[in-house]
Amino acid sequence: MIALVVIIPLFAAFLITLSGVTKYRIHWHIAGVATFFSFAASLYLLQEVFSAGRISYWFGGWEPPWGIEFVLDYFSSFILVIIAFVAFVITMYAGPSVKKEVGEERSLTFAALYMTLVAGLFGIVVTGDMFNLYVFLEIASLAGYALIGAGTKRGALVASFNYLILGTIGAVFFLLGVGYLYMVTGTLNMADLAVRLPALYDSRVILTAFALFTVGLSLKFALFPLHTWLLSAHSQAPTIISAILAAAVLKVNVYALLRVMFTVFGWEFSLQAVPVSTLMYLLAAAAIIGGSLLTVAQTNIKRMLAFSSVGQIGYIVLGIALANHTGMTGSLMHILNHALMKGGLFLAAGAVIYKTGLYELSALKGMGRKMPYSMAAFSVAGLSMVGVPLTAGFVSKWYLAVGALEAGMGVFVPVILLSSLLSATYFWRVIESIYFGVKTADTGPETKEQQGNTGEVPVSMLLPVLALAGLCILFGTAAFIPLSFAERAASLLLGGM
Amino acid sequence: MEFVLDRYNYWICIVLMMIGFYGMIADPNLIKKVIGLNIFQTAVLLFFITISARKDGTLPILLTGGGEAFYANPLPHVLILTAIVVGVSVTAVALALVIRIHRAYGTIDENKIAALEQES
Amino acid sequence: METLTSPLPLYAVLVSLLAAVLIGFSGQKPNLREFWTIAAAVIKFGLVAAMLPAVLQGRIIEFTVLPVLPGLELKFKVDALGLVFGLVASFLWIITSFYSIGYVRSLQEKAQTRYFACFAIALAATMGVAFSANLFTTFVFYEIITLCTFPLVAHKGTAEALSGARRYIVYLLGTSLAFQLPAIFLTYHLAGTLDFAHQGIFQGAGVSAGLLGLIFFLFMAGITKAAIMPFHSWLPAAMVAPTPVSALLHAVAVVKTGVFVVIKVVLHVFGVDLLADLGFAVILAYVAAFTIVAASVIALTQDNLKARLAYSTISQLSYVILGVALLTPMAIAGSILQIVVHAFGKITLFFTAGAIYVAAHKTNISELNGIGRQMPFTMAAFTVGALSMIGIPPLGGFLSKWYLGLGAVEAGQLPVLLVLMTSTVLNACYFLPIVYAAFFKEPTPDPQDSHHQEEAGQIREAPVMMLWPLLLTAFGAIGLFFVPAVFLDLTRMIVQAATGGS
Repeated sequence: MIALVVIIPLFAAFLITLSGVTKYRIHWHIAGVATFFSFAASLYLLQEVFSAGRISYWFGGWEPPWGIEFVLDYFSSFILVIIAFVAFVITMYAGPSVKKEVGEERSLTFAALYMTLVAGLFGIVVTGDMFNLYVFLEIASLAGYALIGAGTKRGALVASFNYLILGTIGAVFFLLGVGYLYMVTGTLNMADLAVRLPALYDSRVILTAFALFTVGLSLKFALFPLHTWLLSAHSQAPTIISAILAAAVLKVNVYALLRVMFTVFGWEFSLQAVPVSTLMYLLAAAAIIGGSLLTVAQTNIKRMLAFSSVGQIGYIVLGIALANHTGMTGSLMHILNHALMKGGLFLAAGAVIYKTGLYELSALKGMGRKMPYSMAAFSVAGLSMVGVPLTAGFVSKWYLAVGALEAGMGVFVPVILLSSLLSATYFWRVIESIYFGVKTADTGPETKEQQGNTGEVPVSMLLPVLALAGLCILFGTAAFIPLSFAERAASLLLGGM
Repeated sequence: MEFVLDRYNYWICIVLMMIGFYGMIADPNLIKKVIGLNIFQTAVLLFFITISARKDGTLPILLTGGGEAFYANPLPHVLILTAIVVGVSVTAVALALVIRIHRAYGTIDENKIAALEQES
Repeated sequence: METLTSPLPLYAVLVSLLAAVLIGFSGQKPNLREFWTIAAAVIKFGLVAAMLPAVLQGRIIEFTVLPVLPGLELKFKVDALGLVFGLVASFLWIITSFYSIGYVRSLQEKAQTRYFACFAIALAATMGVAFSANLFTTFVFYEIITLCTFPLVAHKGTAEALSGARRYIVYLLGTSLAFQLPAIFLTYHLAGTLDFAHQGIFQGAGVSAGLLGLIFFLFMAGITKAAIMPFHSWLPAAMVAPTPVSALLHAVAVVKTGVFVVIKVVLHVFGVDLLADLGFAVILAYVAAFTIVAASVIALTQDNLKARLAYSTISQLSYVILGVALLTPMAIAGSILQIVVHAFGKITLFFTAGAIYVAAHKTNISELNGIGRQMPFTMAAFTVGALSMIGIPPLGGFLSKWYLGLGAVEAGQLPVLLVLMTSTVLNACYFLPIVYAAFFKEPTPDPQDSHHQEEAGQIREAPVMMLWPLLLTAFGAIGLFFVPAVFLDLTRMIVQAATGGS
């Protein structure tokens, strides 16, 4: 079953390409079915893991550490559900949006590549083997490079190329790290490594490998100061790619780092033997504050959301650095919540772009009347980013703040609050502009395009947006639902701490 | 001196990696960046292969008729085959992007492209 | 104290939320839409009143709505303090609703659906604050009030309205995120809980005085809705709102929420004994005293009627703060009573301001000469309200000032007594001239207004729908002096709970 989660999207990619021969435009339908299946499977697996503990699948029946295994424990099943859900929701949204932004003819290849990306992401989450992780990492990344460059904007090509260069550096560092680990332990299986590594904690090779992993993966999830590629990629890519980039890809790479740090190397090494915590604190603080500050200055919707993502990744890293249960729970909850919030924001912004073709914040002026539902969802997701209580964003900020106080790093509470205030500034400006139609940065006279377009986007685009916004509220009020999963996952990662 | 000579394989890999890295970062020509990327990746692949070598080891192919032999480690070879494929795919995507960039901008110099982006 | 579990508080909150949805859907049928508002207001008051007997007998009603996170629950607890606030707010909403209908229809305002819907949500959130059982619930509803009153303040949609509304929300949201939220974090971290308890939750937690002081001042800075200086500027800025909104903000929802939360923090988070030991409350008392006097002085300089009323409100609110900060039974009683009497008095004053605007299109005090002849009922009500603010018997305002004065003596803070007397004089200085000008001065002839000059002698009152509410609240202000029974009983219970026997 675990393998099916990954195989189905891959197979769907294949099917989609085949379907291009026929005259039926069913590629997004195939994609929808595939991601729905994966999502349902992930839920089933989540439930199974939580009753049975760790479950695994051996490829070809080869017993690890000789063979490759797929493993699901509390942590990976939690993340898998999140990623599968996001992938499913975005697939539902994709049809009309892609048609508009990429063009009818290329929509088919786009869908196939998208399925490959999704398969890669799932693979990263379920694999239990280090080299297999590298392979899936590259599968996902390659699909990502191509997808980002698929838009009609030429800036997307440059953004994609930059991402390619930097992303490959990251992946190669990761590969080198794997090589070092193999060199001294002779195994590639994560569980096996976890057993063998403690004896070698003093080895400089291990230390270097750890450094390589951290830097390589940090490049991939855009931790400050390795975040520059994210800004152009987010803003130039087609909307659904920006959405899945923010909501899924970055998170999966964080997952990979967490796996490496806590499952393979173990928390004693990662947090105590190596002063990674201090570094992470500094970078997280820089990301949070820098991200928020720079967001305020943006006039392009997507760039604004991109900078905001940099800050949000900072939150997640902060929770890791805090090295306590509350902080880690906060990070995991934020992985979920940010996926929902940012996904919702990007998709809602995409709705506006779909209708008006404009990317500037001024395009949102007065949209509250023309597109009430998508703008309501945008406002809800925006308020959730600010951290208004009863929204999901508040929950993760609460845990991070309390975790910071518990760890004695009370100085982070003002940092979190400052960034909340800054978020409030830029989101409130946008929300006000949506409903009260005030001129923001620069507004030209209403173009013909703007005047003609009234009414909402198609239902297939609207429902995902509403679903994500609705979940922001649901997980803000009934937060105990995801909390039970996140807490177990955090306990697992932090081991006997 | 032995430090360098004993570990000459690692040093070569490091030098190659740095050459590739430099090419990727410093050169504004996009094709040269791709070349740099390839050199960078290949260096790591070479590293893997060198660690699979065994002193007095032989090719990791089972002798016909059975029989004992001291084999070099075949696992890294397998890993590298996969990695080579990955590398080729990355190069292919990169080159495709470069072609399209050239079509869109008329140049493959990074600085000129940035200037064009600033204007638009 | 016996506790009952009953979903009544939840229903009281939900009634107007449901109404808001129905209002949203009835946008095309104004009468139906207005019906929802009135029905919700009446039902809400009924539900709140239904809880009165149980609370008067000494019981507390509790209800857990949702355990959002362990340690953070959305929970209601109805005690005497919450009931005072709840009763005042829900009763006044009924009256304000009728007034609103008269006002927006006379002026034919646009976006009426949004207006009534946001009003309903604001009242739902106000009930939420009144009945909250812990700091988390309070914070949630506090923020909801801020967010849903923004469209009300910005209602007119003009650049001026939006800039006023923006200042409004920057102040309120900014300070609550920057100050109140860290105070809540710290409280949770140090006290382990956010639930209100009768003698405070910090007892036995062994927290240092310095840290407690920090938390105390973070709370005071963060509860900006109480308009303590220097965080008061949002109030005058919010005067760009339509007058019924100002009446709601300044008598019922927003500002009373602010002082209510301050009282809750002082009495039920810190506790009278702890604060008396620490001595921080004295500082608060003096800040409040400063606000009282300074705001009154500024009020003297304002020519715009609503602006003068706004500064008067800032001043009057600090009476409540002052009373609680003195920490003695009499003073606390005075501050609770002040919540009630000020609500009735101020809402009357704002209603009259709105009536004057609708009937005579005048907003400045200098234009009000002789208007008492044109609008006798309105100005009579204004006089009643003004006298209540000044604190003259037989009006309700006298009651609260009496208790506050006694409280000052009881606490041994005689300078406070001086402040009370000074501000009474200042109140007279800025209210009485208006009354005098309205009744005893000749209307200034307006050369462009020849049509009106002919009718100078006739009575042209505000529309009936606006008139009877303001008369009703004026009677209320008088009535509170004569029949304060219910409120006195509740007040006694509050003081008892807070000080452990009076």
